[in-house]
Amino acid sequence: MRGSRRYHIEVAVLRVLRPLGIAFFVLITLFPFYYMVLLSMREISEVIESPGQIWIGIGEFTTAAYERVLKPTSEGGEGFVEFLINSAMLGVATVIVTILVSILGAYAVSRLEFFGKRAVHFLFLSVYLFPPILLAIPLFVAFSKLQLRGELWVLVIVYIAQTLPICVYMLRNYFETVPVSLEEAAEVDGATRLQVIRKVTLPLAVPAIAATSLFVFMIAWNEFLFALLFLVEERPNWTVSLGVSQLTNIETPATTLMAGSVILTLPIIVLFLFAERLMTEGLTRGAEKG
Amino acid sequence: VAAQLEIPAPPPAPSRSRARDTRARRDSRAGLALVSPTVIVVVVMVVLPVLWALILSFQRIRLLQIRRLDILGGEYTLRNYDLLINSSDFLEALKNTLLYSVLGTTGAIVLGLAAALLVRRSFRGRGLVRGVLLLPWVAPVVAIAFVWQVLLSPQLGFVNAVGTNVLGWDAPIPFLSQEEGTITIAGISIGVPTALLMVILFEAWKSFPFAFLFILARLQAAPAELEEAAKVDGATPTQTFRHIILPQLMGVIALIAVLRFIWTFNAFDEIYLLTGGGAGTEVLATQVYSFLTARNDVGASAAVAMFMAAVLAVMLLVYLKFFGERDRMQ
Repeated sequence: MRGSRRYHIEVAVLRVLRPLGIAFFVLITLFPFYYMVLLSMREISEVIESPGQIWIGIGEFTTAAYERVLKPTSEGGEGFVEFLINSAMLGVATVIVTILVSILGAYAVSRLEFFGKRAVHFLFLSVYLFPPILLAIPLFVAFSKLQLRGELWVLVIVYIAQTLPICVYMLRNYFETVPVSLEEAAEVDGATRLQVIRKVTLPLAVPAIAATSLFVFMIAWNEFLFALLFLVEERPNWTVSLGVSQLTNIETPATTLMAGSVILTLPIIVLFLFAERLMTEGLTRGAEKG
Repeated sequence: VAAQLEIPAPPPAPSRSRARDTRARRDSRAGLALVSPTVIVVVVMVVLPVLWALILSFQRIRLLQIRRLDILGGEYTLRNYDLLINSSDFLEALKNTLLYSVLGTTGAIVLGLAAALLVRRSFRGRGLVRGVLLLPWVAPVVAIAFVWQVLLSPQLGFVNAVGTNVLGWDAPIPFLSQEEGTITIAGISIGVPTALLMVILFEAWKSFPFAFLFILARLQAAPAELEEAAKVDGATPTQTFRHIILPQLMGVIALIAVLRFIWTFNAFDEIYLLTGGGAGTEVLATQVYSFLTARNDVGASAAVAMFMAAVLAVMLLVYLKFFGERDRMQ
């Protein structure tokens, strides 16, 4: 009898706590983003005067911070349009090469037994887990020596190497859901290996490839350390991440910093909401097993 | 399984055996050919540079000499390592890195577990809530670090505004530039490393979605029968959690713990952006960076990085020992 009373109390308490808990988590995740947008649209003088105000009064709304961030430096702005183009090009180039190379690698790892497969697996895992800062030293020194450090395409190569292993594994996870029997049927019909990949495996994996591409694009867009190390002296080549990080000198008001942050974040959130389910399934497949 | 069944066991006809042999060899060759572009990129851009960094860590090299630098030549010395072992800065950074990694990982897992349990059963808007909870993890680190910086700012930050106006703090707290603060609870004052706690809190906030995502995936794959049976037997929700749900989650939690520890141990962006490594938040990664750029000492920075690599090699072995047989990256 006592057990059942405890049961009813717990159920009743949880019924109240559960929505409160969910609300708490939504609040702590969303509030910083809301605050970012809010500050980017307020006047800095008003923020300093009433920092506790978390709404915009009627008539206080301003887009001045965005104008300042986006205008070219020749007109007294920060030149973020240029940075947006750099980041987009960097991301697209990284995605194209990484996806093409990793489709082949993922197919091999998921379908074929070959000599050294375990070593390859270990190699990829190491790259996935090793500190980028360790890699930064030799690459920084080498590209300084070659006098290529400020070039955007050098950063593309670095990003490709960094994203290839995770990309191979995401694609492999998807490929393993494509039944082998389909490929075998095509092989019986006389198709070569590359034809099988192109005509059978790839069409079935299009959504997976799209999701993995977006994931790689997000990594390239968000990356900060290598952009900082390689490009900081080459302002025309700055990425958006790097551009925002350089807005922190004393003359730049916090509202401008927040406008830059919004411009940096918005494309990523849009892409993510677009492909969330596919992307997260590709990552967590395998975790279900225990 | 199907492929094995097709092959008759002893004794295989010679012709069949040869056909199988060439098939296996053909597969092996195709596999190597297809995986080689990936391997080449990784070897050239990751493996060779890391080996070179190992060599650099045994040399005295300043950045200004780079143009004249001979790639493998030069004198070898233990000076960099010697310097580290005797440096209090290094030991301080090591201590901070461990605190940051252990507490950041723990915080992320606790929050992620709580969130996963809350969102587990369906309700209206569940898909949206799930997406929203992943935002700290997908958003660019530069943007969210600066939002936190502004939120915590003593002059115009929301947190200090609430603290001084509503909670009755005497003065704003410089959360990210105060090395040591005191909290007074019931007349007892305790010293706390304010800035370090803040970067740990940031790390937990930014990474909990990762734990949330994986724990939720595992929860949804768990069989419902066990819980139903426990309920029929009169188990309360907390008992069901302790004895039925949590044991099933231990595997995925251990996996997340190892991965998050490794990544937090490596983390550079978060601390560099929030505090620049100041106010008692210097970690090994920011030390590598400042040796490399501010002090132009390539050898010393490589030595610190090699130390990090050694710790991570141990973690990698732990990972392979416990999770290797599953042959999965996640």
